[in-house]
Amino acid sequence: MSAAKFSNPVVRWIDHRLPVFTMLDHTANEYPTPKNLNYMWNFGSLAGLSLVIMIVTGIVLAMSYTAHVDYAFESVERIMRDVNHGWLIRYIHMNTASFFFIVVYLHIFRGLYYGSYKAPRELLWILGVVIFLLMMATAFMGYVLPWGQMSFWGATVITNLFSAIPLVGESIVTFLWGGFSVDNPTLNRFFSLHYLMPFLIAGVVILHIVALHRFGSNNPIGIDTKGKQDTISFHPYYTIKDIVGVAMFLLLLSVAVFFFPNAMGHPDNYIPANPMQTPAHIVPEWYFLPFYAILRAVPDKLGGVLLMFGAIAILFILPWLDRSPVRSARFRPVFRIFFWLLFIDAIALGYLGGKPAEGIYVTLSRIATAWYFLHFLVILPMLSVFESTKPLPKSISEPVLATTVAAE
Amino acid sequence: MMLKLIFTTIISAISVLGMSGTATAAGGGDVTLLKKDWSFSGIFGHYDKASMQRGFQVYLEVCAGCHSIEYMSFRNLADLGYNEAEIKAIAAEYEVQDGPDEDGEMFMRPARPADRMPSPYRNDNEARANNNGALPPDLSLIAKARAHGPDYLYSLLVGYGDAPEGVDVPDGMYYNNAYSGNLIAMPQPIYGDDVEYSDGTSTNAEALSADVTHFLMWAAEPKLEVRKRIGVATVFFP
Ligand code: HEC
Ligand code: HEM
Repeated sequence: MSAAKFSNPVVRWIDHRLPVFTMLDHTANEYPTPKNLNYMWNFGSLAGLSLVIMIVTGIVLAMSYTAHVDYAFESVERIMRDVNHGWLIRYIHMNTASFFFIVVYLHIFRGLYYGSYKAPRELLWILGVVIFLLMMATAFMGYVLPWGQMSFWGATVITNLFSAIPLVGESIVTFLWGGFSVDNPTLNRFFSLHYLMPFLIAGVVILHIVALHRFGSNNPIGIDTKGKQDTISFHPYYTIKDIVGVAMFLLLLSVAVFFFPNAMGHPDNYIPANPMQTPAHIVPEWYFLPFYAILRAVPDKLGGVLLMFGAIAILFILPWLDRSPVRSARFRPVFRIFFWLLFIDAIALGYLGGKPAEGIYVTLSRIATAWYFLHFLVILPMLSVFESTKPLPKSISEPVLATTVAAE
Repeated sequence: MMLKLIFTTIISAISVLGMSGTATAAGGGDVTLLKKDWSFSGIFGHYDKASMQRGFQVYLEVCAGCHSIEYMSFRNLADLGYNEAEIKAIAAEYEVQDGPDEDGEMFMRPARPADRMPSPYRNDNEARANNNGALPPDLSLIAKARAHGPDYLYSLLVGYGDAPEGVDVPDGMYYNNAYSGNLIAMPQPIYGDDVEYSDGTSTNAEALSADVTHFLMWAAEPKLEVRKRIGVATVFFP
């Protein structure tokens, strides 16, 4: 790791004093990456790209946005109509928010499938859950800023949840609002925090990457790399693979931005906020719907709030709920079935969260909620004990070589 | 298998969204939505200037008495194909308040292209007082503020009719097939032949409703054409 290996004298001079090039070289050329990563390993870099897009477009939007209840809605319309390419910046910001969640949900499910949360990557996983929480808070406050009907009523419903906390609930809500209802002080603090939190996320992402580089990526067969024959350098093999993912991502994002920019939004948010008129159905953004379904599945308000936060909190202790020493679902035939059931369950919760809380939907939400907790609290611990897993290959290279031999 | 997961997720997410959209559109009652082929839908969509000009005329002569369109300025009429002189002339027919002058007085002057379209009422209270207590919403964003925007607007405007047997229509309310709950406080605005077109195209109720809808879609999404143009260039010719 000596500076001498750089041929350019300027690079050498700088690197001797500030070893940034050594760091880059280490990441790109020395950092060993399992050679069998599939496309599910693309979503981390895509999440990073999403974060960058959100920060850049967000800063530009903030230049023309006015955080005041009388002007917020109008300032957004000015961005859409009068600011040069303002419509483009806003639609990119809106749609990338949705894509960010799609990407991170896939990233999380990838981790669940391949057991990436298991030792020694528990803290890496936990930092991921922290990022997820920060993302949700950021997105929630961002949705309030245009001050449409859903902004206002979504903010009212969600902040009101805290009133369920015994004794101090009401005071907490007043504290969050900065008054006695969602109003100008609320909008101002939400703007301030919405600007701040992406940078906190960026900070946690750095920790996430540091933790990742400690033991390197997990891989589709979930066994540790045993030496040089199991790894390849990040550059050019995974830089090029990441670029393929980026191209795909940008293509789909462009389709959304240019042809269906409002498909993932709610029409009511084009109606200015009106505290005197409650919309027929208050629904949050689609990426909150699974949690919204859990919230409404419980007849008791406090119970609903606890279960909703519990649904995320449970991810923090996941590494200790699933004690099976085998990481990848490829070698866990029973776990794999339950993984897909959980996946369907999450989609079902998302669907139910968008439906009115009445009739059959309530019953189904309760079943789906129960299944979610059952999966983590009962099924995973039981599987750790009772499942008979398939034999693991000796190394990452072994099954690869075996198939090549068989093919010849 | 994992790639399949990606696509299933995206597709289910989109279908869930689609379904929740329709769920919110149906607020009760029997709601009929008529689907029309708009020139602005689809990825090559574009506005029809002649239709928008006619629609603007319908807005001015029929709707503007009750509905404001506050995010539209006269200068935006250039998108409809009017030239600068025409826009100046249209603006000059309106009076807007300006000031204060050197003596501190507010005064009225003819509108200029940079001014916003004036509202029919000074405030919401006056609007309600003149409409049986109901508030006619601002129309600048209405085409995006309702599920299935343009199809819904068109269906609403041609959707008036007699209430079916047994449905009680209170005073000041009207029966409409597209409105959620079927009872709306807006009297039927378009009957056919309400305005005279200079280009000789049809002025039956369907034509007038389609034209004003076209105009309102532009008012809500004035950048639609450039957006789709850049979109085609980005997605198909990178
Ligand atoms: C006599 C006054 C009047 C005229 C003229 C009028 N409207 Fe209305 N409009 C109203 C009122 C009042 C409401 C509110 C109805 C309610 O809340 O039930 C309304 C509501 C609407 C709505 C909202 C319906 C919804 O989904 O909430 C639309 C769209 C609309 N009008 C379009 C038009 C168009 C287009 C024209 C011209 C062709 C027009 N209106 C002419 C009074 C009028
Ligand atoms: C801003 C959001 C996030 C960014 C930018 C990000 C970034 C990354 C990157 C670049 C990687 C390496 C590439 C890869 O394995 O895909 C990674 C790995 C990982 N991330 Fe994230 N991540 C984010 C959110 C999350 C969340 C919300 C979780 C889980 C709750 C999570 C859990 C993990 C785990 C467990 C790994 C290691 C996976 C493995 O090697 O198998 N991350 N992350």
